[in-house]
Amino acid sequence: MGKKAEELPQYKQFAEWIENRHDYAKKWQQNNGGKVVGYLCTYVPEEILYAGGVLPVRILGSHEPESITRPYLHDMYCPFCHDCLAQGLEGRFDYLDGIMLAQSCLHLRQVFFTWEERVPVDWSYYMHFPHGVNNNHAAEYLKGELEKFKVAVEEWTGTTITNKELDDAIEVYNKNRQLMKQVYEFRKLENPPITGLHAMEMVISSQMVDKKEHNEVLESLLEDLKDAEVDRDTGTRLMIIGSEDDDREFFKMVEYEQNYSATFVFEEHCTGARYFWDEVRPEEDRLMAIAKRYVNRVPCPAKDWPTYGFYGRRRFNWIEKWVKEFNVDGAIIMQQKFCDPHELDIPSLRELLDNLNIPHLFLEFDITVPVGQFRTRVEAFLESIGEDDLFF
Amino acid sequence: MAKEFKVEPLKVWNDFKKYREQYYRDYLEAKDNGAVRWAGSAWAFDAVPAGLGEDVYPLTGEPYGATVAFFKDFSRRALEKAERAGVPRDLCGYLRNYWGSIMMDKYVLTDGTEVEPFPKPDFNYTIHICCTHAKWYHRAGELEGDVPTYAVDISVGPGYLLDDRKINYVVRQLEDSIKWMEQITGREYDDELLIKAVLAEADSMSTWAKICKLNQNIPAPLEEKSMFTLYALLVLHRADPRVAELYNKLYEETQDRVKRGIGAINNEQFRFLTDNPPPWAFLNVYRYLEKEYGAVSLGSVYTFGLEGAWLGMDEKGETWRWEPAPTPEEAGVEISNREDALRWTAEFNLRYRPGWQHPYSHKIRKIETLQMIKDWKADAMIMHLNRGCELWAMSELEVRDYLVKHNIPVATYEGNMADPREFDEARTWNVIDSFMESLGIKKLSKQ
Repeated sequence: MGKKAEELPQYKQFAEWIENRHDYAKKWQQNNGGKVVGYLCTYVPEEILYAGGVLPVRILGSHEPESITRPYLHDMYCPFCHDCLAQGLEGRFDYLDGIMLAQSCLHLRQVFFTWEERVPVDWSYYMHFPHGVNNNHAAEYLKGELEKFKVAVEEWTGTTITNKELDDAIEVYNKNRQLMKQVYEFRKLENPPITGLHAMEMVISSQMVDKKEHNEVLESLLEDLKDAEVDRDTGTRLMIIGSEDDDREFFKMVEYEQNYSATFVFEEHCTGARYFWDEVRPEEDRLMAIAKRYVNRVPCPAKDWPTYGFYGRRRFNWIEKWVKEFNVDGAIIMQQKFCDPHELDIPSLRELLDNLNIPHLFLEFDITVPVGQFRTRVEAFLESIGEDDLFF
Repeated sequence: MAKEFKVEPLKVWNDFKKYREQYYRDYLEAKDNGAVRWAGSAWAFDAVPAGLGEDVYPLTGEPYGATVAFFKDFSRRALEKAERAGVPRDLCGYLRNYWGSIMMDKYVLTDGTEVEPFPKPDFNYTIHICCTHAKWYHRAGELEGDVPTYAVDISVGPGYLLDDRKINYVVRQLEDSIKWMEQITGREYDDELLIKAVLAEADSMSTWAKICKLNQNIPAPLEEKSMFTLYALLVLHRADPRVAELYNKLYEETQDRVKRGIGAINNEQFRFLTDNPPPWAFLNVYRYLEKEYGAVSLGSVYTFGLEGAWLGMDEKGETWRWEPAPTPEEAGVEISNREDALRWTAEFNLRYRPGWQHPYSHKIRKIETLQMIKDWKADAMIMHLNRGCELWAMSELEVRDYLVKHNIPVATYEGNMADPREFDEARTWNVIDSFMESLGIKKLSKQ
């Protein structure tokens, strides 16, 4: 028998990176003499920044109540965007050399422009990333945007990004994606040695640290997972589907602190599989290869709709596949309040899950999660899923 | 004492009302005659489906949603129907009225008549600029039974940063959409009809800009509440040559009003701007301001910029120009084939529509709004903090802050353009009264 799954040191490392994200970035700056760029959405082509010697770090919220964004952002903009902007206005990201956004939703767009104006930063970049990623011309168009972006990064950093540097960055990023997918394979087991909490921390931390370093920890984790001892009851196998979600308290409550056994075996959100599932497929034209990766990745609902020759949502095809492959018993639709792109998909998503015979629970969350209320609802949901076992 | 100005009704008023009334009936009855009908955003490339034939009838979703909102009871039923089906109530108000109508299977005409069933389009055709448009019609299509849906992605940035690559991206999508429409309808596409529609579109949009500019005069020849009725044809079917003709008639008449000193209200003493779609069920906000204070709403970046064609931001991104954009004729451009027509309509819309510029940075909207205040000689801004549209709400508070810093008085009131349940009438009057009092503007009855 190997180590106890819950005590694997790599899990502690992921959590520590998240807790000390700002210190990590500052130290990285000192040790590498490089620049750090905060990004607001996972459509940012990090490979190009990395190739230019820049560390991309994702700007996430703190889940603390705040009151400083209301003069700038409407109340009906999502709590995530308020929380992100609050971090900037409060100076918690004061070490950033730059910020950027690859066009995604309106809420983050306004956060970008308000941050750019109200929080001093040396460099900022807004990329006109295509919305219609399902249309046949999106990759070609995005390639042009990437060319402009590469030049901007080169001018700012005083570097020249050659094919060699792009290849190296692609390799590091692809490796990170491959390793995390390998970790996810363990979640298909009857008793997965990794819970949703640890999986989420793995992915979030990958958005905050140097991927090379992250890869080293992932490699050692994969070794340990092979014979890790699972000493918890897996219970109901849950999938989480929804908006940006880095609220670890909710995961702790569901997996460790309530009356029914349950384990998240898959996270379909941008701090989960949507972030890393797809790799860059190398081709001679590096920027086209990167463009295709970002256009073809599991889409955010903000970019997923029918086009010429395609009727449906690409994301739903993935959800259906993952539900089956990971043997999901039930789904929690975790909705960032006021997140329009997800809200627009939810009626159809419920229909999809109904058709798949997957029971589902809808929860809407805010900057802070009402763990007590959610506990009651999750327990009721789990109990209802377990009714079949009770009576048959 | 407020100065007295001559007023008189608009001669073209009934023509505009009739067009709108007939528009909804034409869509409803289209199938009786084997015609094509399509639904989509008021921002869709309206000229493109026109190539399918002379008998092609659109239904644009935002004006339909606004019409529903005007009929409060119908709207409440539609909204509640949607909410019971799990549609979040913070989504676009127009969308919820539209989806709710489909779910109730009821269609409302401009006189409030309710008709069953909701008329199903042959296809949905839209653009996508905010988080909603493409997904709105995708879901509508699902609710109606897999109606084919096509959305043109126009997220290429503001007009002053346009280049050929960006225009090509949009043109290629428009070309694809024509093939798609031919497949769906089984009709052969007529490029001559497309060219005619593209010319009409530019004419309608530029002429509307010219009309809006005339409101810089004192007294203002038009007020915004009436302009909501007048601009509506642009959001219904601006590529219809009959619409272009109506705008040309309106332009002539408004010029004549200016020449003769005819005002929109007879006691104009205060000029203000607004900046968002209004609460459609409560347009009495505007009448209250007129009657009580002699306050005329001159327009807004919304009413002028939603469908008007303006030169907009200069190439450096520093100065906003509220000057009407040129039509193909004025620009000396000849449009003789499909490629020319698609390129023109793509570039014209991307470059000259203010509503497609300022969502890319609140810097644009700040400069644009301040310039409007100067050019239209406005005394203040009264903002509707509109919970019904996240696109128009974007940057709004930043603009407020910017104007205040430029010593422009700003009042704000909360509401929802298309959900009558989200509006507090009494509180709004209080906001207005307090604001006017703070500016030393007395009620006409107290003068």
